[in-house]
Amino acid sequence: MSLNKLIATRDAFGEELVEIGKKNKNLVVLSADLAKSTRTIEFATVFPERFFNAGVAEQNMMGIAAGLSTSGFVPIVSTLAIFAAGRAYDQVRNTIAHSRLNVKIVATHSGVSMGKDGSSHQSIEDIALMRVIPHMVVISPADGPETKKALRSAIEYEGPVYMRLGRPELPVVTQHINSFNIGKADVLQEGTDVSIITCGIMVHQALKAAEILSSQNIRAGVINMHTIKPLDVEVIHQAARSTLVILTAEDHSIIGGLGSAVLETLSCANIRPPVYRIGVRDVFGESGSTDQLMKKYELTWENIVQAVHKILNRNN
Amino acid sequence: MVQDAELVKRLKKMAAFIRRDSIQMSLKAGCGHVGPGLSWTDICTVLFFHQLRIDPKNPDWLNRDRFILSKGHGCLPLYSALARKGFFPMEKLDTFCQLDSCLGGHPDCLAVPGVEISTGSLGHGLPIAIGMAIAAKSDNKKYRVITVMGDGELQEGTVWEAAMAAAHYRLDNLTGIIDCNKLEIDGPVKEVMNIEPLKDKWKSFGWYVEEMDGNDIEDILSTLERVFGYKEEKPRIIIAHTIKGKGVSFMENQVVWHYKAPDNDEARQAIREIDLALTKLK
Repeated sequence: MSLNKLIATRDAFGEELVEIGKKNKNLVVLSADLAKSTRTIEFATVFPERFFNAGVAEQNMMGIAAGLSTSGFVPIVSTLAIFAAGRAYDQVRNTIAHSRLNVKIVATHSGVSMGKDGSSHQSIEDIALMRVIPHMVVISPADGPETKKALRSAIEYEGPVYMRLGRPELPVVTQHINSFNIGKADVLQEGTDVSIITCGIMVHQALKAAEILSSQNIRAGVINMHTIKPLDVEVIHQAARSTLVILTAEDHSIIGGLGSAVLETLSCANIRPPVYRIGVRDVFGESGSTDQLMKKYELTWENIVQAVHKILNRNN
Repeated sequence: MVQDAELVKRLKKMAAFIRRDSIQMSLKAGCGHVGPGLSWTDICTVLFFHQLRIDPKNPDWLNRDRFILSKGHGCLPLYSALARKGFFPMEKLDTFCQLDSCLGGHPDCLAVPGVEISTGSLGHGLPIAIGMAIAAKSDNKKYRVITVMGDGELQEGTVWEAAMAAAHYRLDNLTGIIDCNKLEIDGPVKEVMNIEPLKDKWKSFGWYVEEMDGNDIEDILSTLERVFGYKEEKPRIIIAHTIKGKGVSFMENQVVWHYKAPDNDEARQAIREIDLALTKLK
């Protein structure tokens, strides 16, 4: 894949689903009237007998997926993150997770970066909602290729998985990484001054920020925490030992998401560097283009660079 | 329909044993949904000791019928039936709702052998049943999917999402049974939130509808035969008219017994009544 080619994680998901479906006959896909938006339409076209539309009824869809999984099918349930994690929370919590069912929830259009549909459709709480549920695995891939690998890992894994995808097209940043291990973060860049722990759409922003900081003689490490649960605790402790400060970056509320998970991990660690969180600051989003929203809600590489300057100056 | 008198007698006895277990379990635990357990005990008995094709020696048998207790709070008779069927030892019943017991206040499939799926939050059973019924059809298997819901539970919107979907997918291998005991926690169902006309509602959603006396073993037997023998490609629903607290005079139709454990005297009296009914069968 070309380095310059932009690809949305939901597009990669739709493509890979068809590929996996060719070999894995137990794969079934469910939609709640959003097959086009979630890109499951391709699977539906190739394998109509293994595609089930629940109509606009996300709760029922989760229940149907639960039932299918008990007979050995591997249901991929896809809808917008706001509905997967919000609307159907009780079904995800009390049926799918509680019974530890082999259901894969692929939630698209997460975060404020989903754009113009506005705050009612921008899920800024789903990482928090999903990671607090026992048995649940939470994955947020950084780009198209990682989405494909993560999807395969999620399907191989036995148990419930929540996979968080986005709408915008993203640059490829994981081309040099061949494997995807659930719960094992990828250190994309080593650093000595600051460690940026990030996931999803913010990974490429963090890499860009690290590049700028490097030109200013600030060595920033970048950790792609693609799995938020189970969290790679060791890599966080390593970052705490090797750098002066930690910065987390996510297109999610600063409450309950990746930043909170990192803070929880460090709360009783021996070495506790200051942790600065980049994220949506406990407000609802609004309509706008992805770029406009990322700027307004301070989710860009510039915001990361500014934050690093601010913390390092304060520490000095 | 002529029925085997011995079968009816055997099932009536079993229903009495299950009622006695339920009273003893709730007495020991000091808690339990006794009323909503007793109301569907006769249905539970006919299902587990006559209709369901299940094998306690092979609980994961691929062709087994799938049963979901959507009204998970009504688990007292379910636990008793599973133990008496041989899914786990009878002594386990003494641990109901105690710390470290597999028998919690609502059924947990990871802990209780014979429980297909965890339930407790209302309105979940019918959607799950749809998934299981679709799975059966996709696998060309002949097993049946049966779920028991409460009448108060029908106030949950997901029941109607599922009612729509089961008919849409023409799931003739799915049977829902509504335990209509007419009472929910805050009072009579028709006063809290009226769900009638039930028969018309399910018919208009595209279901085959039957009604029965859900506390009459003979009627349950013949209704289930009719429903399972029905040939059209429609999901089936049975409106079972029942009495909350059935079988214990002072619990019958008393909403207070929705969630309340008997004290020693109450339990003694309840068991005396159940045993008296048993004696009359002999």
